[in-house]
Amino acid sequence: MNPINQRRLENFKSNRRGYWSLWFFSFLFIFTLFAEFISNDKPLLIYYDNSVYLPIINTYTETDFEGDFETEADYRDSYIQELINKKGWMLWPMIRYSYKTINYDLPVPAPAPPSLENWLGTDDQGRDVVARLIYGFRISILFALTLTFFSTLVGVVVGAIQGFYGGKIDLVGQRIIEIWSGLPVLYLLIILSSFVQPSFWWLLGIMLLFSWMGLVDVVRAEFLRARNFEYVRAARALGLNNQGIMFKHMLPNAMVATLTFMPFILTGAIGGLTSLDFLGFGMPLGSPSLGELIAQGKANLHAPWLGISAFVVLSLMLTLLVFIGEAVRDAFDPKKA
Amino acid sequence: MNSEALISVKDLRVTFTQGNTAIEAVKGISFDIPNGKTLAIVGESGSGKSVSALSILKLLPYPKATHPSGEILFSGQDLLQLNEKSMRSIRGDKISMIFQEPMTSFNPLHTIEKQVSETLLLHKGLSGKKARERVIELLTLVGIPDPETRLSAYPHELSGGQKQRVMIAMALANEPELLVADEPTTALDVTVQKQVLELLKSLQAKMGMAILLITHDLNIVKQYADEVVVMHHGKVIEQQATEALFKSPKASYTQTLIDADPEGSPAPVASDAQTLLETKDLNIWFPVKKNFFGKTTSYFKAANNISISVKQGETLGIVGESGSGKTTLGLSLVKLLKSHGDIVFKQQKVHTYNQQQFRPLRRQIQIVFQDPYGSLSPRMSIQQIIEEGLIIHEEGNHKERKNVEERELKVIQALKDVDLDPETRHRYPHEFSGGQRQRIAIARALVLQPELIILDEPTSALDRTVQSQVVDLLRNIQQKYKISYLFISHDLAVVKALSHRVLVMKQGEIIEYGDCEQIFDSPEKEYTRSLIDASFYYAAN
Repeated sequence: MNPINQRRLENFKSNRRGYWSLWFFSFLFIFTLFAEFISNDKPLLIYYDNSVYLPIINTYTETDFEGDFETEADYRDSYIQELINKKGWMLWPMIRYSYKTINYDLPVPAPAPPSLENWLGTDDQGRDVVARLIYGFRISILFALTLTFFSTLVGVVVGAIQGFYGGKIDLVGQRIIEIWSGLPVLYLLIILSSFVQPSFWWLLGIMLLFSWMGLVDVVRAEFLRARNFEYVRAARALGLNNQGIMFKHMLPNAMVATLTFMPFILTGAIGGLTSLDFLGFGMPLGSPSLGELIAQGKANLHAPWLGISAFVVLSLMLTLLVFIGEAVRDAFDPKKA
Repeated sequence: MNSEALISVKDLRVTFTQGNTAIEAVKGISFDIPNGKTLAIVGESGSGKSVSALSILKLLPYPKATHPSGEILFSGQDLLQLNEKSMRSIRGDKISMIFQEPMTSFNPLHTIEKQVSETLLLHKGLSGKKARERVIELLTLVGIPDPETRLSAYPHELSGGQKQRVMIAMALANEPELLVADEPTTALDVTVQKQVLELLKSLQAKMGMAILLITHDLNIVKQYADEVVVMHHGKVIEQQATEALFKSPKASYTQTLIDADPEGSPAPVASDAQTLLETKDLNIWFPVKKNFFGKTTSYFKAANNISISVKQGETLGIVGESGSGKTTLGLSLVKLLKSHGDIVFKQQKVHTYNQQQFRPLRRQIQIVFQDPYGSLSPRMSIQQIIEEGLIIHEEGNHKERKNVEERELKVIQALKDVDLDPETRHRYPHEFSGGQRQRIAIARALVLQPELIILDEPTSALDRTVQSQVVDLLRNIQQKYKISYLFISHDLAVVKALSHRVLVMKQGEIIEYGDCEQIFDSPEKEYTRSLIDASFYYAAN
């Protein structure tokens, strides 16, 4: 690693809050990546009749366990449990609910308050809140990461082209962006989602239409500045072509600004997805999402565990990301020793 | 210690702390400045001379900077013990400062009058008509022509020399007892440099203030300083009265500073040398104004009707003050700027080529830039910087083992040619000094085995002693590889040491063009003569 990056790493580490936030966030993210193994309505492992079954990976029918139907086994059914336990055993995950598992044995009408069975209670359709939070966290982060990746890609390319060539290209590009950013994003999203059944990728595409613009100005400014650097001029005098100059000499300059900006695009993307879900124009029905949980909290004010849990998870996630973003910004600050 | 001393610095140390590392920038210096006298601190960049001067005004970035020891007695008070508020009443009133860079020391949005009268308002409470009268008086004092009309001028409307004069006027506004001048002339043209120094001298005689002059050029202090402190790496090497110092310097380092002017002359060009580069009626005009239909109506003529030629193995020096168009000319020859007129390189009509057609020729015409700090990408190692050109012009796959090794050998050879240790090729530019970086930039040009190198002020950002080393290096390289140089500089001493022929430019026009010796010995034009006089004025004495 070259000395500049070493110093940046030092700077990043010296911001304790951001450094620990990164560790904590990474832990949460990796933890939720394996959500299926933490919270599921299928056992992790079944030992039945001297053979091993992995229900999370493979699908088994009831008849595999000497049941009656050719449909997939419902391991939460006490009848199936009995059958399996007769000739072996089951290893359950920490939480025996998936995000869509409905608990039919609730002692009170849904939404049920926190209990030993459902740690944070259930939502108004009897689904476990902890399970939905774990899956919802994962989908929010994955969505935000993908969106950030693509909007950075588009933003950097557009900004680079505008900044590098300048002149008419820059002028036209800037005006298009101004008009485009004047469009009322949320209404457009709402209109568009009434045309198509929104899925993960549809939402990503629709939000990408507008989220790429944030970076353009930053990257463009960096390229405009770098255009007159002497080492860029020197590279041109060596005979390097435009693409080479942009990629090798100017992009690293813009990367600092880009990296500093990225955590904030990430939080923006999470906020965007959550608000769409809250309004009911987001992820398809039934998918675990924090926004939907907040909406339930609003609809069920007598069940405060819904709103509070969603709020805590969402604010924790955003706060961690902002702290990380601050540390990244510090790390790239040339004035900071 | 001298009881009449206006200011007396004793065992001053300055340490900069950065994280866990502490850098000792000044390692204990002591000096006195008596009333009305001039003391000069001379040293190369990084010697701690500016830091010493700034600590007098306590303008260092505290608390990053600390003084482990030392005291600065100014009329009985230890400045280092004073708090910020009392310091403020001293700054600009009793002690004033002139900075190196007149271009950036002004606020571009305020008029001259406002900026000069600000210090009057702060310390004297003057405003309105009285302040205006005083500003006019000050501007007259520093020799600004027609001061009444200049009051409403903005900094960009003044020339570099005029700006430095206004800076001096600001510093003198409250008749300070001590004036700290930190490289007051480094950013100025030679002819202006002399005027500014003379102005300071005459003002000192008039107002009787003491001056602390900070500079890297030992020779200019000869005329102006009563005592000289020579600094090197934060330590005082020598401290003597000026006359004694020049007559019999005690330290050998001082001697190298005195002898730092580049000397010698280039080896003669072979008589059968072919013409390598030729231009005919080259015009470089930048559009300034466009009319309603988008047609350009007026131009800024950066270079006008330039016809030059360079032979193989020959150096053509291009000389002029800032704004004369010499750099513009250099850049347009390698098609980094648009120009009109004929450029012929090795019988090829380069001016008809577009960028793509010209690209293969770039290997043969290389350019070395002025600023060795800016021209090397901070994110690439020396090896990567030097081999970049090779990769661009290489046939075939540049990741192939054979090519990688071949390139490495070429880089090593180029580093040897510029007298750098080839083992340093895996380091990054920031680990090198200015002179070493300029060598790296020359190696980058050299590794392509060009036939012509355009050197755009390659020595002006360097210390005087390093300059002559680079000049020697360039001369040796020319002899070894028979490369032609186009040497652009405002420094006539360097040009004289390196050029066979010289082109003198002023405001985009050729003033004089001919044999180097002839021009230096018997210049035909008045402008050339004044340039030569100003350049060699200090060295000659």
